[in-house]
Amino acid sequence: MSDYQSFECDVLVIGAGGAGLRAAIEASAGGVRVICLSKSLLGKAHTVMAEGGVAAAMANVDERDSWKVHFADTMRGGQYVNNPRMAELHARESPARVLELEKWGALFDRTKDGRILQRNFGGHAYPRLAHVGDRTGLEMIRTLQDHGVHQGIDFHMETTVVTLLKDGERVCGALAYDRDRGYFKLYRANAVVLATGGIGRSFQVTSNSWEGTGDGHALAYHAGADLLDMEFVQFHPTGMVWPPSVRGILVTEGVRGEGGVLRNNQGRRFMFDDIPELYRNQTADNEEEGWRYTQGDKSARRPPELLTRDHVARCINREVKAGRGSPHGGVYLDIAWIKQKLPNAAEHIRKKLPSMYHQFKHLADLDITKEPMEVGPTTHYMMGGVRVDADTQMSSVPGLFAAGEVAAGLHGANRLGGNSLSDLIVFGKRAGEYAARFAREHGAAKLDAAKVDAAAKAALAPFERGPAHNPFTLQHELQEMMQRLVGIVRQQEEMEQAIEELQHMKRRVQQVGCAGHRQYNPAWHTCLDLEHMLTVSEAIARAAAERKESRGAHFREDYPEKSKEWGRYNLVVRKAADGSMAVERVPVIEPSAELKQVIEENR
Amino acid sequence: MATATFQVWRGDEAGGSLREYKAEVGEGMVVLDVIHQIQATQAPDMAVRWNCKAGKCGSCSAEINGRPRLMCMTRLSTLDLTQPVTVEPMQAFPKVKDLVTDVSWNFRVKRQIKPFRPRTPDAPDGTWRIDQKDVERVQEFRKCIECFLCQDVCHVLREHHKHDQFIGPRFLVYAAALEMHPLDTENRVEELRKAHGVGFCNITKCCTAVCPEEIKITDNAIIPLKERVVDEYYDPIKMFFRFLGGRK
Repeated sequence: MSDYQSFECDVLVIGAGGAGLRAAIEASAGGVRVICLSKSLLGKAHTVMAEGGVAAAMANVDERDSWKVHFADTMRGGQYVNNPRMAELHARESPARVLELEKWGALFDRTKDGRILQRNFGGHAYPRLAHVGDRTGLEMIRTLQDHGVHQGIDFHMETTVVTLLKDGERVCGALAYDRDRGYFKLYRANAVVLATGGIGRSFQVTSNSWEGTGDGHALAYHAGADLLDMEFVQFHPTGMVWPPSVRGILVTEGVRGEGGVLRNNQGRRFMFDDIPELYRNQTADNEEEGWRYTQGDKSARRPPELLTRDHVARCINREVKAGRGSPHGGVYLDIAWIKQKLPNAAEHIRKKLPSMYHQFKHLADLDITKEPMEVGPTTHYMMGGVRVDADTQMSSVPGLFAAGEVAAGLHGANRLGGNSLSDLIVFGKRAGEYAARFAREHGAAKLDAAKVDAAAKAALAPFERGPAHNPFTLQHELQEMMQRLVGIVRQQEEMEQAIEELQHMKRRVQQVGCAGHRQYNPAWHTCLDLEHMLTVSEAIARAAAERKESRGAHFREDYPEKSKEWGRYNLVVRKAADGSMAVERVPVIEPSAELKQVIEENR
Repeated sequence: MATATFQVWRGDEAGGSLREYKAEVGEGMVVLDVIHQIQATQAPDMAVRWNCKAGKCGSCSAEINGRPRLMCMTRLSTLDLTQPVTVEPMQAFPKVKDLVTDVSWNFRVKRQIKPFRPRTPDAPDGTWRIDQKDVERVQEFRKCIECFLCQDVCHVLREHHKHDQFIGPRFLVYAAALEMHPLDTENRVEELRKAHGVGFCNITKCCTAVCPEEIKITDNAIIPLKERVVDEYYDPIKMFFRFLGGRK
């Protein structure tokens, strides 16, 4: 056996963003030994980038809100292919999870009477997002981190998992490497929670950090778990487009929630030109009404800028393609205009959107209180992921759980803004709770030493191959190809071409290598990350080629309409017996009679 | 595209030196872009920490031309590119490799600070009512992204290596956030005076100068904490009662 540092625990949590931290806290509260792995330093996970807020129907700002409306909004946003039980649990439990954060020290912005303030966001009927200016994710991750380190959890920072290990059908641990020193770490665990976040690095323009390489998706797939809804990749409508080095960095939906408007190069608010039927009743038909909505007028309907992200992203894409874009290939997002409406508008903007002000000032030399921003779509969020049981978050592999972005079901074909932070804490808690229970009930699983050795040997192969083939080059090619062929607007031949190119890249990834030693060697890390990225990219391309309709985030030029028939199915991706990637249709989960009624009541 | 010269520190805990690279530079680029370009094309094993690339996570801390800064927020247009630009790791922490340092001390220090302890909920619905004004004072401190640049620049840590006696500006900000939290009931004054070493700070305000979040570390966090310590320990009446009570 090679050299490993060995660790044992009941529950191994892979990932230390919002979902991982919340899962670890809950598992630890369940009285079991917990180790939590973090690919970066603690507190740096992608959760920290979340800006706008956390959705919870607390009805602090509008008393008409309730879990039922939140549930119905989530299903509508997901175009009814969501797992209705997950959407129900999420809407019911989110307020309690948010209040729990406050108990652990989070300080949200307040209403006049001292309760948690809530703001408007796309697709939410009422102001629902608890927030801290535009840095809600930081508040959340820091709260969970600072609380979590006192809960008896062992945190292993800068530790990346290479493979999951199994004992028969059941998961029994993971092999990982320590980024700092380069040695292997072997974890034996009775239950494993995946909380690894998203896949954005498979695309060229993305809001995701280097960590978003789909590790959990790929680990679960290779461990035999089902992946679900992999065709649904959210392109956030507003990423920065200029200067080139910041292309893709997120511009929060909160800008539009505070009254920001989208215009093309002719100064037209093009969002008024295309309002989908599903949202017509809820959308303002003139600019004045839209403005009143953002200022809290309960009789007003929301401006079309706050339609769901998939729709806004496509409208922006259309404007740019039609030659009505801004100089650098985006459109204009203008918050400065509110000075016509508000005294002290500049101060108001700096207060409500401090990090946006800061970001544009420092990175683009632009003062958002004076000038419009240039924005365009950016790969933001993965609706698809590990198929889990709604209540327990367990995957189709016994003992393997998933929570947060790596899990699928809650968001269906499109996620509403604010529903991710709430997802993390609602299902992070559930995954931790049920993983602890599973670990207690099932006891120790056994590791297979030969398999561990084989996995370690494979992970070191890039050193044997040497640096002749550069992993960064292949990574850039993959990102460019996915952006071009499986991006925001899709069609059959292009996706088939992508699948073809991925087969070449799968061979090439067996050639890329690195020089030097194992200590903090980014070339080595990239070689290993690439394997995950290719697995995930293939799953996305295959599922997207299979779904022959347009729904939510999945838009096809060759099938531009939503089809009733396809609305009956989700797509599952799994590893077939021969090792190939199989895509299978499964019927969507029907809502219970009670939930159906809730949906009808909120049409 | 123009080229510029960058001298990047390469090495590990045993030692190292500045190595020179030429990089292509274009409009809007930041130092982290250059480091990535060098990594992808010339030095694939060059170690660097980064995550968000937008000044929100505090991972890519380094010293650029000798000044502690975030690489992702340092635009090339703010540097003199006619001269070589130096990029070095933070000096207050042990080196791991290239631009990566061992910052684990910070995480250990944080655990030593008494955690948040809220008062009993006082609203009828089992939660709290908090005034926005009280929230805002603490929110300034909670903006901290834990980049540890303030720790890096602080001479108490950087030059005098008082890591065992002084928690540094970052954790004084953290302690201030807890102490001024409208719900917190814990008292950390004795630790601040002794174990946390607030007295080591002699208010040179270097930490404030390098903070990428523009937190007024010295004025708004450290000085009020020093005042609390003075009020508690050097108030003549309290000193008298402590004398009577026989505790120091």
